[in-house]
Amino acid sequence: MKRSIKKTLSFAAVWLMVWAAPATAGKSNDTLVWATDRDEAVVDPYFNNTRELVVIGNTVWDGLLFLDLKSGKYLPLLAKSLPKWIDNTTLEVELREDVTFHDGSKLDADDVVYTVNFVANKDNGVLTQANVNWMKSAEKLGPYKVRIHLKKPFPAAFAYLSNVVFIMPDGHYDKAPTKPDGKKDIGAVKQVGTGPYMVTEVIPGERIVMKKNPNYFKGGPKGQPQIGNLVFRTIKEMNTQVAELLTGGLDWIWDVPKDQAEKLQSRVQVTNAKTMRVSYIQFDVNGKSGTEYFKNKKVREAFAHAVNREAIAKNLVGPASVVINSACHPDQFGCTQDVPKWKYDPEKAKKLLKEAGYPNGIEFDLYAYRQREYTEAVIGDLAKVGMKANLKFMQYRALRSLVWENKTPVNHMTWGSNSVPDASACTSHFFSGGRDDFAKDPEVIKALETADTSTDPKVRKREYKKALRKISGELYWLPMFTYAKYYAYSNQLDFTPTSDEIPRFYTAKWK
Amino acid sequence: MFVYALKRLGVAVLVAITVSMVTFSLLYLSGDPAMALAGESATQQDIENIRRVYGFDRPIILQYLSWAWGALHGHLGYSNYLRTDVAAVVFERLPTTMTLGAAAISFALILSIPLGVLAAMRPNTVVDRFALTLAVVGQALPSFWFALILIFWLGIEWRLLPITGTESWKNFIMPAIALGYYVTPGVMRLTRAGMLEVLSSDYIRTARAKGLRSGTVLFKHALRNAIIPVVALTAVQFGFMLGGSIVIETIFAINGLGYLAWESIQRADMPVMQAIVLVLACIYIVLTFLADMLNAFLDPRIRVA
Repeated sequence: MKRSIKKTLSFAAVWLMVWAAPATAGKSNDTLVWATDRDEAVVDPYFNNTRELVVIGNTVWDGLLFLDLKSGKYLPLLAKSLPKWIDNTTLEVELREDVTFHDGSKLDADDVVYTVNFVANKDNGVLTQANVNWMKSAEKLGPYKVRIHLKKPFPAAFAYLSNVVFIMPDGHYDKAPTKPDGKKDIGAVKQVGTGPYMVTEVIPGERIVMKKNPNYFKGGPKGQPQIGNLVFRTIKEMNTQVAELLTGGLDWIWDVPKDQAEKLQSRVQVTNAKTMRVSYIQFDVNGKSGTEYFKNKKVREAFAHAVNREAIAKNLVGPASVVINSACHPDQFGCTQDVPKWKYDPEKAKKLLKEAGYPNGIEFDLYAYRQREYTEAVIGDLAKVGMKANLKFMQYRALRSLVWENKTPVNHMTWGSNSVPDASACTSHFFSGGRDDFAKDPEVIKALETADTSTDPKVRKREYKKALRKISGELYWLPMFTYAKYYAYSNQLDFTPTSDEIPRFYTAKWK
Repeated sequence: MFVYALKRLGVAVLVAITVSMVTFSLLYLSGDPAMALAGESATQQDIENIRRVYGFDRPIILQYLSWAWGALHGHLGYSNYLRTDVAAVVFERLPTTMTLGAAAISFALILSIPLGVLAAMRPNTVVDRFALTLAVVGQALPSFWFALILIFWLGIEWRLLPITGTESWKNFIMPAIALGYYVTPGVMRLTRAGMLEVLSSDYIRTARAKGLRSGTVLFKHALRNAIIPVVALTAVQFGFMLGGSIVIETIFAINGLGYLAWESIQRADMPVMQAIVLVLACIYIVLTFLADMLNAFLDPRIRVA
């Protein structure tokens, strides 16, 4: 009897070992599987502005131009050559004639005209209006020639045409199904682009499967895709992501916490690279959320002096992170750090809080969506000076809605500027009077309008500086630090992280 | 028995109505439901249109009745986030959670019943202490931590089992162990207590005196009687497992109902949350009702109590 139990147990153990599920990722399957904790229901770069969709946007779609990070120069992508400025508000673009969409149709001027006219129309509801609202319309000059009309002079046009204006086929969004309320469900349109990979399957909240585009045009700056299949997976738990990476279920992850990244170094490739993402604290300076504390500048100052940003950047984010003092990324054009600074000084914070009329401290809700541990560090610092912050941690999409409804007294947010290397993609997005602008300061709005539309770089820098000094001086935002990401990826993968936080999976290959 | 069944059914229906009211009120927890449905870029006109189309401008009691009527007919609303009918997505995910729940309860029973029997056969011995320790550890271990330990050893170090997904039955082994272990102590202790009581009864002594083999006495006479409350408990625990799989599904990235619930909370997707709460509560009510019936059937004293 005992012998037979032993026999059965050893058989079961061997059987389990032999039949353990094979890894679905890796070189053997020519499938690069990457994961983040974000679930993506809408796979369209205009109607989902998460970082994951910026990455997928650049993988599945192409813009007219391409920013070469090595040289810092703009190169033509779907355009045949760099666009010509006809005047301050008109760009003329000639298109390549050898580009086909994933559905087999050929790219021509009608596609560019349709895309520009669609996204520039505010009623169509592109999420990040700043990415597209500088364009007025487009007109067809010939089968492969278009003119793009701008609303006003916009010096950063090439940056936007490279990173965020993706070309869709003519009539793309007309195919949108109708929702029960009679409105078009634009996010449900099947993905069709010209990019190196094409989307073959979308399971909301679970995975997005992409396949190499065998007809991707040759001679373009993106090169030819190397790996057969890309799969994006949603795995909420970082520990599970790490476990899958170690066992071959995943090939690539990012946002790995520093302590875990350090431990992983001996088993997979680990890199800490800077990104264009900044972390910031946004205050409800008008008290619209119902919490009035942050109308008082002294409370905001107390908050700023209470948080040890240097320690968070150094100890939690990684060596490539730096503290910032202005509402933009230091690598962006026009982003000066010559602004009022708020040093870590908990004693001064306590004093300011007392002066503001709160000697016993205050209690409020602090909203966040990304890297809980960074926000918890902020909350820890605040507690030391008598500011009790209750963490409300949620998905970005849900939090963004609350922010736009002015329901949040304080948010700890991040912004990647869609990797556009110009202050207009950050400062102007948040302080030009739109729905993300809590302060709506007329002086700041005016300075940014001049900076965004002037063609003179000196004027632009001067006006951005004026706006940035006011924003930091009034503490509409407390700029925190730049993000530095820990990437961890399989030893089989030949991959190079880039500083714009857009992993080029189309250039990755197996070793 | 019939009267008892009618009484229990009445209670079950009342509980179901109460749950449906609470579930319906979830829709209003996040503020104006018309605004939530209209989305971020909606104009005031869009919001008013949604309010009219979905009937949010009607008295709340009428809204509830209309919603409950829809739910009875399988219409649980529309998710703007997933852009699909809520019932479709909930019933698509339900089998995964049911599979996980069934696997977990099977694991719990396979582990706990033999342990309970062994402990009862050798009370206050090393075997009994071992079973008790296992039970205490099972109750004390947080399931997420136990899940991570399993992932570390079975997934990473020994590479025996896949860590995430639902592609094959092997994907369910670790989550089933992590989820089922939590139920083990209760079932094990109930089996032990039942067996101890039965083993000391007269008819077992008589069976032994008749010279029956100990295996026959144990399994044919003792366990069959001792297991009655365990059967009822198992039905209730199965309901707990369906609702309690949120953490386990999140850790193992299993696309089930628990995972959907967690995602929906974070997305503030109220129609999906409503549907999940309602469906799980109804399953739980049905299981509890069945457990009551089973108990009454097996033990006539309950029927007259």
